[in-house]
Amino acid sequence: MEQTPIVNSYTKGFRDGVPIALGYLSVSFTFGMMAVSLGLPVWGAVLISMTNLTSAGQFAGLSLIVSGAPMVEMALTQLIINLRYALMSLSLSQKLDKSVNTFERCLIAFGNTDEIFAVSSGQKGAVGKRYMAGLITAPYFGWALGTLIGAAASTILPASIRSALGIAIYGMFIAIIIPPAKHLKSVRIVLLFSVGLSCLFAWAPLLRSVSSGFVIIICTILAAAFGAKFFPIEEAE
Amino acid sequence: MDIPKFLCYVLVMAGVTYLIRMLPLAIFQKKIESRFVKSFLFYVPYAVLGAMTFPAILSSTSSVWSAIAGLAVAVALAMKEKGLLTVAMSACGTVFVAELILRFCLGQ
Repeated sequence: MEQTPIVNSYTKGFRDGVPIALGYLSVSFTFGMMAVSLGLPVWGAVLISMTNLTSAGQFAGLSLIVSGAPMVEMALTQLIINLRYALMSLSLSQKLDKSVNTFERCLIAFGNTDEIFAVSSGQKGAVGKRYMAGLITAPYFGWALGTLIGAAASTILPASIRSALGIAIYGMFIAIIIPPAKHLKSVRIVLLFSVGLSCLFAWAPLLRSVSSGFVIIICTILAAAFGAKFFPIEEAE
Repeated sequence: MDIPKFLCYVLVMAGVTYLIRMLPLAIFQKKIESRFVKSFLFYVPYAVLGAMTFPAILSSTSSVWSAIAGLAVAVALAMKEKGLLTVAMSACGTVFVAELILRFCLGQ
């Protein structure tokens, strides 16, 4: 019986993680800066990064913390924004080698970000725990270090640089959503649906008073349900 | 700042985020059969990132014009399928230059 060998080298994983870590530096830098400018202490920003390891969720969480939102809204917002990880984890569970036990799966789950998921699922054959550990190492510390530098530097950086870095996270989001939208009409339509709805909530009278966390929840559920109803994905993957 | 409340927020954020990642990996061994749920989950990242980016990106810098310039460059590079770092940093660079130009013009 012939099998594709398992990808399970820590060194290879680490090397694959370095470009991700570099990308994370700039975004977490912005996160740290934004957190401190909104009144969080430096250690608070770093604590969030080291315990969450998620870009969109942290940025959304930041605005909820600052506005003193109820805990339920925080939990719901994180649930909706990060719901995509459930799909990625599900997919990753099929990709991991059989030798990876439940405890190790629980550890790997913590590092299952969009980019780490993307790189690991791009490997040929099953992936082992050593490869995953290597892959997660550099991005994890890059994310924490970027946050620390951004938080510490926020007060010394000139306003022009702070303003320019404010767009970094959105630049990253655009880099994630545009290529699939370019290739798939269904993704394009779901994206436009969600963007249109989000703009409506931002600008229309009355709707404008809905809090940002719930706007994201509403837009996501409606747009994704619309896509699932009218453009169900093919069974064979 | 109210430190206990802040720690409570962090705990909720980290706890929810971790559970979402951990539960399917550790417990859910059977594959999802519902085509609707699978499709829904497939579209979630695009819907969520789209709603988070627009229109928030327009107010992410100190001027809506520099934000539009940064957005245009980001979309153009993303259409060419450039990497995350390239797209994000080029958008930042564009905003920086656009604001220099704006300040120069307004200063005259």
